[in-house]
Amino acid sequence: MDRRKSLKLIATGAVAVPAVIAACNTEEKKTTEQVAGPTFNLDRYPEELKREKKLLAEEKFFTPEEMATIAVLADIIIPKDEISGSASDAKVPDFIEFIVKDMPEHQVPLRGGLSWLDIECLKRYEKPFRECSHEQQIEMVDDIAYPERKLKPGMSQGVKFFNKIRDLVATGFYTSEIGVKDLGYMGNRPNQWNGVPDDVLKQYGLAYSDKELKECVKFS
Amino acid sequence: MGEYQVRKQPKKYDVVIVGSGAGGGMAAYMLATAGIKVCLIEAGPMYNPQKNVTQLKNPWDSPRRGASTHYRPFGDFDACYGGWEIDGEPYTKASGTDWLWWRARMIGGRTNHWGRISLRFGPKDFRRKDQDGLGENWPISYDDIKPYYDRVDQLIGVFGTNEGLENDPDGYFLPPPKPRLHELFIKDAAAKAKVRVIPGRLSMLTQKIKSTTDRGPCFFCGQCNRNCSIAKADFSSSNVLIYPALETNNVDVIANAMAREVMTDKEGKATGISYISKDDKMEYQVLGKVVIIAAGACESARLLLNSRSQRHPNGLANLSNVVGKYLHDSTGASLGGYLPKLFGRKRYNEDGVGGMHVYSPWWLDNKKLDFPRGYHIEYWGGMSQPAYGFGFGIEGQNGKYPVNGKKKEAGGYGASLKEDYRYFYGASVGMGGRGEAIPLESNYCEIDPNVVDQFGIPVLRFNVKWSDHEIKQAKHMKETFKEIMHNMGAVITWGGDDDEKNNWGLAKPGEIIHEAGTVRMGDDPKRFALNKWNQAHDCKNLFVVDGGAFTSQADKNITWTILALAMRASDYIVDELKKQNL
Repeated sequence: MDRRKSLKLIATGAVAVPAVIAACNTEEKKTTEQVAGPTFNLDRYPEELKREKKLLAEEKFFTPEEMATIAVLADIIIPKDEISGSASDAKVPDFIEFIVKDMPEHQVPLRGGLSWLDIECLKRYEKPFRECSHEQQIEMVDDIAYPERKLKPGMSQGVKFFNKIRDLVATGFYTSEIGVKDLGYMGNRPNQWNGVPDDVLKQYGLAYSDKELKECVKFS
Repeated sequence: MGEYQVRKQPKKYDVVIVGSGAGGGMAAYMLATAGIKVCLIEAGPMYNPQKNVTQLKNPWDSPRRGASTHYRPFGDFDACYGGWEIDGEPYTKASGTDWLWWRARMIGGRTNHWGRISLRFGPKDFRRKDQDGLGENWPISYDDIKPYYDRVDQLIGVFGTNEGLENDPDGYFLPPPKPRLHELFIKDAAAKAKVRVIPGRLSMLTQKIKSTTDRGPCFFCGQCNRNCSIAKADFSSSNVLIYPALETNNVDVIANAMAREVMTDKEGKATGISYISKDDKMEYQVLGKVVIIAAGACESARLLLNSRSQRHPNGLANLSNVVGKYLHDSTGASLGGYLPKLFGRKRYNEDGVGGMHVYSPWWLDNKKLDFPRGYHIEYWGGMSQPAYGFGFGIEGQNGKYPVNGKKKEAGGYGASLKEDYRYFYGASVGMGGRGEAIPLESNYCEIDPNVVDQFGIPVLRFNVKWSDHEIKQAKHMKETFKEIMHNMGAVITWGGDDDEKNNWGLAKPGEIIHEAGTVRMGDDPKRFALNKWNQAHDCKNLFVVDGGAFTSQADKNITWTILALAMRASDYIVDELKKQNL
């Protein structure tokens, strides 16, 4: 990983530092340690900061193989389309690596689910999921992505896992810069609330009452 | 600890205040601006909203995308330091009882993140015993407190409308923001259920106010729980009271100072506070002519009960033996779901203020109901900033409703799934009730004889249970909310399956964070801890100005009344100090 880029990411608090450290060689690791004490761009109080630092100093949870599988799954769940980029464009795998350390209750279901998936693929295709062809991956995913279908025997745990990874991929994606833009959330910036736009009121057959129009704050 | 000695702060103050939230902040502001020398002790660290910022951050600025932690239970961007559990500061519960204790530890206390719902108590709220025979009447009436509500409105600012309602009094209101789209639907649906909906009453400046040039108007980012670092447009004790009070040079703040006890002299008068500094772990004493306790209803009770002396063997202000008793929180129950007619809605910025633009004050007559007292309804929904948890459980939604006219299978992945997230975004809607509980002697906190915190201070043991009154109220809430949701055409996805087995989803005692009643005021020194001036019956230079002083708490959030009473008590203290009565 490009070190300048990684330092920038540390500074914005946008990624888990361990992901960066693990990717660096020993020499670079030294430099990274010198900047230890990640700067958060949002307020942290002393006890809280202590925990954040501890968390960020932890080893990577997922193995490189698990991370590769997560990346493949993430991009199957959220691929690039005409509106926005993919889950990996939005660094969703890094978010998942961080969140399982922050919320350890995710660790066993995810690790176990990834393992379940590989065993199933080994049985079917004699390869772990990440090494299967795209067609094989999709064939596998189709068996666990639709909880209300009549499932093939032995798939129910896979469905459970896929529901969970879909949740985490979606949450990671739609809280990223790419994802927020995709959704069209337009807030979090100074503005003036002048009420529901006229065309929207019209669309729903609504109107403000005279009392509201008289009493409420207006901006021209 | 290398050496053990108690260090005395050399300066003697007119007034020592414990706690910097709504009550302590207002007292500090009032006294300092009247020229009185104040020492303000706060158990948490210094916090300056101008420097400690979470406002206008994007979800990706938090590595956990705004999810909550042990240190920020209301989410990673919430302004409050503290939470339900504080490391090294335990509390206990008697078996078979429940209490959740929120403790803010910072300058400004929990006012840094509160909901800013600013409701006056009404005339009936001070005379509840006369109406239903339960609890006690206050020693003051609405007319006594009205001038102070008026001053608080004008000093701090609150939006709302004068509706001429009997028990939800008019005030000095700034214009409210117009309802959001889902709030217009709620208004219609509630009207069909005969539930009154009026503009919200929240302390945010929709326009500049005359009392200050320091605070700007609201710029509608919807993030009041992060505290308004940028415009100071909402009320927090830190922005609006503490920092302005510091500018008078009449206030010294000692942060990271955990009060151990109120010191008294041989005559039983308060002489100051002993505390441990969390910075150097040393013991200190600070002296004052008057002591004001505003640590929060439960923490204040704890401090008083731990302040035992020969003259006050039972703890201070506790001649009546009521300190810690009559502890009560607001009732709370809620449910939510989504409004299918909002699927695929047009995008625009509807952040608005950080809270509801409309609400429902209590609208019924208890004579026709099977429970006493009432509740108000708070509403939410719409296109909010995405955060951790966004999109969870899509498989429960995308198989049920056609997406852009297309029937789909539940679950799925890929470009089709992305379409679903977009389609369902912004359609959520929900509501919650906040009601009045009956203060009971059998609901109390006391000193646990067996447990101390890391500072060696004996901790509280809680003993609180809801009574049938509150449970029936929760049932009524749920029935009302279901009717409103139904009238709107909304689908309930959570909170709709409650029944008698889980008290109809009634929140745990303490969970609504409106605790009050532990140092209650009343005229009779044998049955009440404080007189009508928030002054201890058995120690005339000791005052309690937080929710502890409440005789009962109404179905209104308690902050505005804490502020008004703290202002009133401060006026009284200034007066009494002048007369040398304290």
